[in-house]
Amino acid sequence: MGFLDISNVTKSYGSVQVLHQVDIAVEEGEFLVLVGPSGCGKSTLLNMIAGLESITSGEIRIKDRVMNGVHPSKRNIAMVFQSYALYPNMTVGQNMTFGLEMHGVPKPERDKALADVAKLLQIDHLLDRKPGQLSGGQRQRVAMGRALVRDPDVFLFDEPLSNLDAKLRVDMRTEIKKLHQKLKTTIVYVTHDQIEALTLSTRIAVMNKGFVQQLGTPKEIYDQPANLFVATFMGSPAMNIIPTKVVLEGDAPHAELSDAEGNRVLLALNQRNLTAWAGREILLGIRPEAITDPEGADRNSGSIRPLSNVVTVTEPAGADTFVTMSLSGKDVIARMRADAAVHPGQRFEFAVNMEKAVAFDPQTEARITP
Amino acid sequence: MSAVTQDTSVSTGRVTRAFIYLVLILFALFYLLPLYVMVVNSLKPLPEITGGNMMALPREWTLEAWGSAWSTAQIGVSPTGLKPYFLNSIMMVVPAVALSTMIGAMNGYILTKWRFRGDVWVFGLMLFSCFIPFQIVLIPMARVLGMLGLAGSVPGLILVHLVYGIGFSTLYFRNYYAAFPTELVRAAQIDGAGFFRIFWRILLPVSGPIAVVTIIWQFTNIWNDFLFGASFGGVNQPMTVALNNLVQSSTGVKEYNVHFAGAILAALPTLFVYIVAGRYFVRGLMAGSVKG
Repeated sequence: MGFLDISNVTKSYGSVQVLHQVDIAVEEGEFLVLVGPSGCGKSTLLNMIAGLESITSGEIRIKDRVMNGVHPSKRNIAMVFQSYALYPNMTVGQNMTFGLEMHGVPKPERDKALADVAKLLQIDHLLDRKPGQLSGGQRQRVAMGRALVRDPDVFLFDEPLSNLDAKLRVDMRTEIKKLHQKLKTTIVYVTHDQIEALTLSTRIAVMNKGFVQQLGTPKEIYDQPANLFVATFMGSPAMNIIPTKVVLEGDAPHAELSDAEGNRVLLALNQRNLTAWAGREILLGIRPEAITDPEGADRNSGSIRPLSNVVTVTEPAGADTFVTMSLSGKDVIARMRADAAVHPGQRFEFAVNMEKAVAFDPQTEARITP
Repeated sequence: MSAVTQDTSVSTGRVTRAFIYLVLILFALFYLLPLYVMVVNSLKPLPEITGGNMMALPREWTLEAWGSAWSTAQIGVSPTGLKPYFLNSIMMVVPAVALSTMIGAMNGYILTKWRFRGDVWVFGLMLFSCFIPFQIVLIPMARVLGMLGLAGSVPGLILVHLVYGIGFSTLYFRNYYAAFPTELVRAAQIDGAGFFRIFWRILLPVSGPIAVVTIIWQFTNIWNDFLFGASFGGVNQPMTVALNNLVQSSTGVKEYNVHFAGAILAALPTLFVYIVAGRYFVRGLMAGSVKG
């Protein structure tokens, strides 16, 4: 039984079901990120926790209190909206204390809470300004301040960083993480940005088409994706997915591939239970950072396999160089050190860390678990 | 965003510009001509009008006609001037405008932020009221006012104008609030504000431009209305009806200077509203159509 319990929750609009059997238990102090492409139902779920959308079936409980049908203001939650939703006619100070005022908190207490939060977020000098006179980052802080002042059980964030420019977004991301570490509050955070999800969360729920595809820690989601959708959605550049056939060499399973010139290449698979798949097709998933030059390979890995192939394109990106090659007719991206000596059109010895490789069933798209 | 200028004009040459100004000034003079005639002749003694040039400035300036129009001119059977009717109009217009604007704002708020099943139909029906000609409702309205015991009274006129005004005021406010971010309403709900509190504290304070548009529109329409005033005014007729009685009287000498003064008096309040609030008018009509 968690601090915030979402059990068997569904949502339908008429005959259209937009959320299917969502089951998530959030512990106190956890930072849960709901991530997924547009229309996956993540914002709907957040709005249901907030009480802004009704629950079609199932139950949402906060601190063991059933929230179905409870008015948003009675749930002891606070929400930060994508557009910040600051009241344009009120000053920053009035914006932040409006909720307390509505809940009948006396003025001296309101002022004290306001002063504390304003100091924490370093917006004390802005309290008399109107939202229209603030920059994007300042508005973002005020919106968070408005949530913090209430001292709620659960914070809800609805894509709070998507209206900021790239640099500010990275800064605010760190701020939010710091704030969470300091205050140890329970947070549910919606985003479509997988980097935000990985950096901020203690747990991630990856959603698609109204289903929770996988619920787990950032590391679990990244290293052991439950299915093809999670594998390709999380991580940038996306995981390389190569259709391949499993063949047995001795009794060890190997992936049968062909290089750019059509030569047969065999890669030894670490996963022993893939022997059962001998002679059948699988989808082999390898993250770009698991394909490197031999010097850049992970020394702690016991399964670095050499792979000779022709380089198609190199893309230097400052810290890394992205190298594209063709494997079994698919473009495969490798992520190398900036100073790796790779040249387009030449043959190169790649090093593949097969410890990090995952396999998917082409029919069900689910991961073949070891 | 601040680097984007509000300048929407196309740069033109000097000659073109001079030509444009010339045309504009000519049109402005042409439109001002009736007002000039009215003002000038209202400041002349009667013989100067009947015996002279309508366009000429007065040889003898006098405010006599204004005084007469205001307090002593013969309106119908009694020599009261326009003053009591002016007061009737004020007593009718102020509550009718205030109430129809408030109700329109509330309707717009409900139709955009508290949507319900069939709300589009309700709004459609309210819009329909904007297109019903006044003449059609005269007889049913007379019956309703009679049943309510409001026939021939100022409250009766207020009710008539209120009913007719709600369609337009709802249309204005609905379209204005449709562009108002719903996230703000949701934020206020989470903050614990209820239906009326959200309306008073969040929406109304930013409704200035559209309120001005609605007030100007309602004020002009209600003040200038003749048909309802003549039909349902009874002894409490509004300014427009009294002005008609003053100007159209078929007995005695036609005191043109008094007529002109009376007509200006009848037009002054709407003119005043336009001058005071006019600059918000265009701004309000344009609100939401352009970002920023």
